[in-house]
Amino acid sequence: MAKGRVSIVVERCKACGFCVEFCPTRVLALSSAFNSKGYHPPHVVHPEKCSGCDLCGMYCPDFAIFATKTDPVKAGGDK
Amino acid sequence: MKADPKGVLTGIHFMDGDHACCEGALAAGSRFASGYPITPSTEVVERFAARVPTVGGAFIQMEDELAASITLQGAVWAGAKAFTVTSGPGFSLMMEHIGYAAMTETPCVFVDVQRGGPSTGLPTLPAQADMMQARWGSHGDYEIIALCPNSPQECFDLTITAFNLAEEYRVPVMFMMDECVGHMTEKVVIPPAEQIEVVPRRHTKKSVEDYLPYGTNGDLVPEMAHAGDGYNFHVTGLTHDERGYPDMTLPTQDKLVRRLQNKILNAVDRITMTEEEQIDGADVVVISYGITSRVAQRAIEAARKKGLRVGKLRLITAWPFPEKKIRELAAKVKAFVVPELNLGQMVREVERAAAGQAKTFAVSHAGGGVHNPEDILKVIVEASRCRTV
Amino acid sequence: MSDSLINDLVNPVEPFLRSDRIPHIWCPGCGIGTTVNSFARALIDSKIDLRSLALVSGIGCTGRVAGYVKLDSFHTTHGRAIPFATGLKLANPKLNVVVYSGDGDLSAIGGNHLIHAARRNIDLKVICVNNLIYAMTGGQTAPTTPDHSTTSTNPYGVFEPSFNLPHLVEAAGAVYVARWTTFHVRQITKAMSEAFQKKGFSFIEIISPCPTLYQRRNKMGDALDAMKYYKEKSKVRHGAPTSEVGMTMTGEIIVGKFVDRERPDYQTMMRAQYTESLGERYVEEPEMVCDCS
Repeated sequence: MAKGRVSIVVERCKACGFCVEFCPTRVLALSSAFNSKGYHPPHVVHPEKCSGCDLCGMYCPDFAIFATKTDPVKAGGDK
Repeated sequence: MKADPKGVLTGIHFMDGDHACCEGALAAGSRFASGYPITPSTEVVERFAARVPTVGGAFIQMEDELAASITLQGAVWAGAKAFTVTSGPGFSLMMEHIGYAAMTETPCVFVDVQRGGPSTGLPTLPAQADMMQARWGSHGDYEIIALCPNSPQECFDLTITAFNLAEEYRVPVMFMMDECVGHMTEKVVIPPAEQIEVVPRRHTKKSVEDYLPYGTNGDLVPEMAHAGDGYNFHVTGLTHDERGYPDMTLPTQDKLVRRLQNKILNAVDRITMTEEEQIDGADVVVISYGITSRVAQRAIEAARKKGLRVGKLRLITAWPFPEKKIRELAAKVKAFVVPELNLGQMVREVERAAAGQAKTFAVSHAGGGVHNPEDILKVIVEASRCRTV
Repeated sequence: MSDSLINDLVNPVEPFLRSDRIPHIWCPGCGIGTTVNSFARALIDSKIDLRSLALVSGIGCTGRVAGYVKLDSFHTTHGRAIPFATGLKLANPKLNVVVYSGDGDLSAIGGNHLIHAARRNIDLKVICVNNLIYAMTGGQTAPTTPDHSTTSTNPYGVFEPSFNLPHLVEAAGAVYVARWTTFHVRQITKAMSEAFQKKGFSFIEIISPCPTLYQRRNKMGDALDAMKYYKEKSKVRHGAPTSEVGMTMTGEIIVGKFVDRERPDYQTMMRAQYTESLGERYVEEPEMVCDCS
């Protein structure tokens, strides 16, 4: 069960790849899709591995991604 | 609003112009100055450094004039009334921050005790050759206010005026002294605090939601917030919109730069201060300012003794230039005579404003001393003989 | 659009941003935004009263930080962030004043102010994002540009020695000196939090990628390559003598907290002097705020 969840604001992304590279549990990959500026934003490939450490959020120079710990009470209830 | 008595050294004093300027700043409510030593201006901040801890404030001697001229602006945005003091070479270094103050509408006072230049020039001798620099020294289009005292008493009185104008229009005010006025010791009367009018800061009372840092009302001058007030405002030297956000577009540039000019130009009549004597019916009017106005007085009186009809117009406000007044006067007189301690600065403004209606005669002097009144008299005589244009 | 992806969750940095000004102007992979993340988290961690916080920047890429943070923020002139911040702090000592600027701004055009503020021990927190180049103007040599690298104004290679900033500010008198890279996001956060607690002149240098102007010209890859280099070649040496932390183009980067010492700050010394000299005549004002309408 995932302990965390990633949120991505794809339109802010400039595809530096920091989040993909430095995610300790390899949750992310750069998408083949483009955002409207022509960058490939990340997308979640292993949601179950997210620990909610928010290292992606700390690295992202564009404030385009962050992760939160999943509320244990609501765990599994992917709202 | 009346002055805070804490800073007002009420009484009759015998002091020089530099010290009187310092007392004027304290009376105006200034509690912060940043400076860098330079002759002949240093006495202003020396006195301030001694006095200000006893009235609740601070002076800091910075590492150069670039620092001195921006440190005071930080203090202003924290809520203080603040100034710096310098002379020609330092004034040159301060130009960028005069532009910053104009652009960010930071109310503050720059005192320039003028000495001979260019470059290091004449450190202990007078000149009036920074007048155009005061107006045009920083890059871009902007307006400032510049005042020219001609006595220690005026160094006190007009320093208060300088702070008041800075607050009223949110503009840097240039206080254009000269070495003679700065080092001349005379009687200075400092009135009781309740007789000194002080203009308070245009401090906003709007809610955080309603406040626009560079939004203006009818008079083109925005209200100010201070750091720590909770407005989370942004200040930048970049072209900015009413929110204070950078917006480098043509319409924003046009709107901002025109407003920065118009807030001063629309108020020229209110800002302008002159001293006039026997203007009506004069053939020749001598236009002067600062120490030169006192030297010119003797020449004017000598000319009158010769039967010439000579008027006197002293510019207390040099900038904005009282263009309308000069133009109207030009229609009535034969000529203007403009003595100044430079090789021709304000005389060009007079000539421009006269627009060919009256002749304009410069009495230039390279600085380092004052005019010989005889030299001014000769030009007055010559001017009075000229034909009406 | 994408905002719907956020649902009801909020990025921790978001409350500290002027969101209406994002996306920012920084290049893809520029590390300045990364440092802002750490800054925001340090503000959260240290529970600073945000109302009392003022941020001052100079000119340059990092100088734009002032325009993006939702604080009382001042984008001043080139090199003069420190003296402006000095005025803010002296006129209202209750303010927490942060200077956030770049290596060129702080150590070249503003170098004189940097050393004198450190000497005076003005209570300022200086965050220096060091991308080793003048980036805003197109990749010219900075005082920090490593030997042998190529810049637009040293097209045949930089031959002048560079500044070792931690050594410089320690010698000048800073009470807190640390260096990290943008790879060290948590350490930056901790360093900033420590600096906020410190009274006096604190200096945090953050080595940061400039893929567009420094790395590209020097064939050093993209921002991610820079981050991998920081990861591989950084060596944590807390308390390292700052004389030994100079940087080269491709060598190891000594990081850590180098200096953490106590010295009375400017205002403490000022008050002590006035009290001693003037006694009861000294009027101590908590704030020099003028009367307002």
